[in-house]
Amino acid sequence: MEKKVRVLLAKPGLDGHDRGVKVIAAALRDAGMEVIYTGLRQTPQMIVDAAIQEDVDAIGVSILSGAHMTLFPAILEELKAKDATDIILFGGGIIPDDDKTELEKMGVAKIFTPGAPTEEAIKFLREAAGSRSPKE
Amino acid sequence: MVSLDKFYNGNVRALSQLISAIEYQQNGVHKTLGEIFPKAAGSLKIGITGPPGAGKSTLVNSLAHQFIDSGNKVGILAVDPTSPFTGGALLGDRVRMNEFPIDGRVYFRSMATRGSSGGLSAATDNATLALGAFGYDIILIETVGVGQVELDIIDSCDAVIVVLVPESGDSVQTMKAGLMEIGDVFVVNKCDRPGSDRMAADLRYAIDSWKRFDEGWIAPVVCTEAINGKNLDELFEKVQTFVKYSKDSGRFVSQRRQQISKKIMSLLQNRFRQEFLDQIDTGGKIESYIDEIVGGKSNPFDVGEKLYQQFRP
Ligand SMILES: Nc1nc2c(ncn2[C@@H]2O[C@H](COP(=O)(O)OP(=O)(O)O)[C@@H](O)[C@H]2O)c(=O)[nH]1
Ligand SMILES: [Mg+2]
Repeated sequence: MEKKVRVLLAKPGLDGHDRGVKVIAAALRDAGMEVIYTGLRQTPQMIVDAAIQEDVDAIGVSILSGAHMTLFPAILEELKAKDATDIILFGGGIIPDDDKTELEKMGVAKIFTPGAPTEEAIKFLREAAGSRSPKE
Repeated sequence: MVSLDKFYNGNVRALSQLISAIEYQQNGVHKTLGEIFPKAAGSLKIGITGPPGAGKSTLVNSLAHQFIDSGNKVGILAVDPTSPFTGGALLGDRVRMNEFPIDGRVYFRSMATRGSSGGLSAATDNATLALGAFGYDIILIETVGVGQVELDIIDSCDAVIVVLVPESGDSVQTMKAGLMEIGDVFVVNKCDRPGSDRMAADLRYAIDSWKRFDEGWIAPVVCTEAINGKNLDELFEKVQTFVKYSKDSGRFVSQRRQQISKKIMSLLQNRFRQEFLDQIDTGGKIESYIDEIVGGKSNPFDVGEKLYQQFRP
């Protein structure tokens, strides 16, 4: 059986819009991926637990609330604590360039700015998941 | 290969990777499954089926809470359809899962059908073994909910809950036979909506007229409002009553024996298909036979017989 790219999409924090996440979810599904959507208001620990249970290649996180500089690092910490740093973390949202650079330095694989075409995310995920070495 | 050492030490990643290996039918996975099989025998498997949007996931959430509150560990498998065109899938059942403890007492895995059509994925049954052997003593399985009647579930479960809504009247008419046979407990959910009493009465009538007389269990109908938490205790209780009945009456054991028998046959079928049937279509032979048939010189029946004689073991 051909390898499926599995992606978990999450929306942490308190802002309640998930339209954007749903658009991405549909685009990834149409690109042949298995997309697990977890819903709103997920804590970093819930997100990482879900990612491990679902054995995903990547976690995609949408943050519009401005809390990206706390939430992304918290998810990275949690991945480290669960010995799961091989799971790719990417994200989207309204994130200033400086923060973006900083986050990518910390270990977030990629940040997409709003309005980036979904093809970009698809291409990124295919490549990143393809070169991912499963953790033993 | 997935390390069973980690698996037995309670490493959740090892469990998740084993389920992925099952989904990909990775080399050697049957050997692993054989090894863990005896350890999975003690867990109770409950299926939840019914049309899309009926409230299956919401009910799974409440059942899971009830079971953990009674001291169990709960593994959940939720199956959603794979698009036959793109191969992709949107797995959204997790959205209904609320406030679960994050201490490992609940495990939730979304599965895409990946081409199977009976309401479960081909890997679902084997995944229940992984969950059971890992220590989840209650396993809840949510079916796709798009097929007419999703029969796979009876081959993987000890108890089946069929979830309908007040508007399901027509589907009850059209799928009567199959539905009545697979349900051990029926739920009319969304009873906050009009028509629920009527629906429940119709359902009771249908169950009465379809019941198998050799059996002592008449499936109860429970009216719930899953989002308002209404009558969920009654549902939980009815499920437990059924399980007790099933165990006391010997039905549980005979069902398990039937499932094992089917499982052996399906393993054999798959093996023969892989090693025997798949070999037949080599070297373009089929194409040349089709040429003959289309040209009026042969027919599918003769070709079938000839190939069978030629390739039989
Ligand atoms: N009105 C009403 N809506 C409900 C009830 N239970 C679930 N729902 C809603 O029905 C929708 C589908 O529920 P879900 O559990 O995902 O259904 P599934 O597709 O069968 O898994 C959700 O929006 C639920 O909130 C209920 O008792 N009453
Ligand atoms: Mg569902």
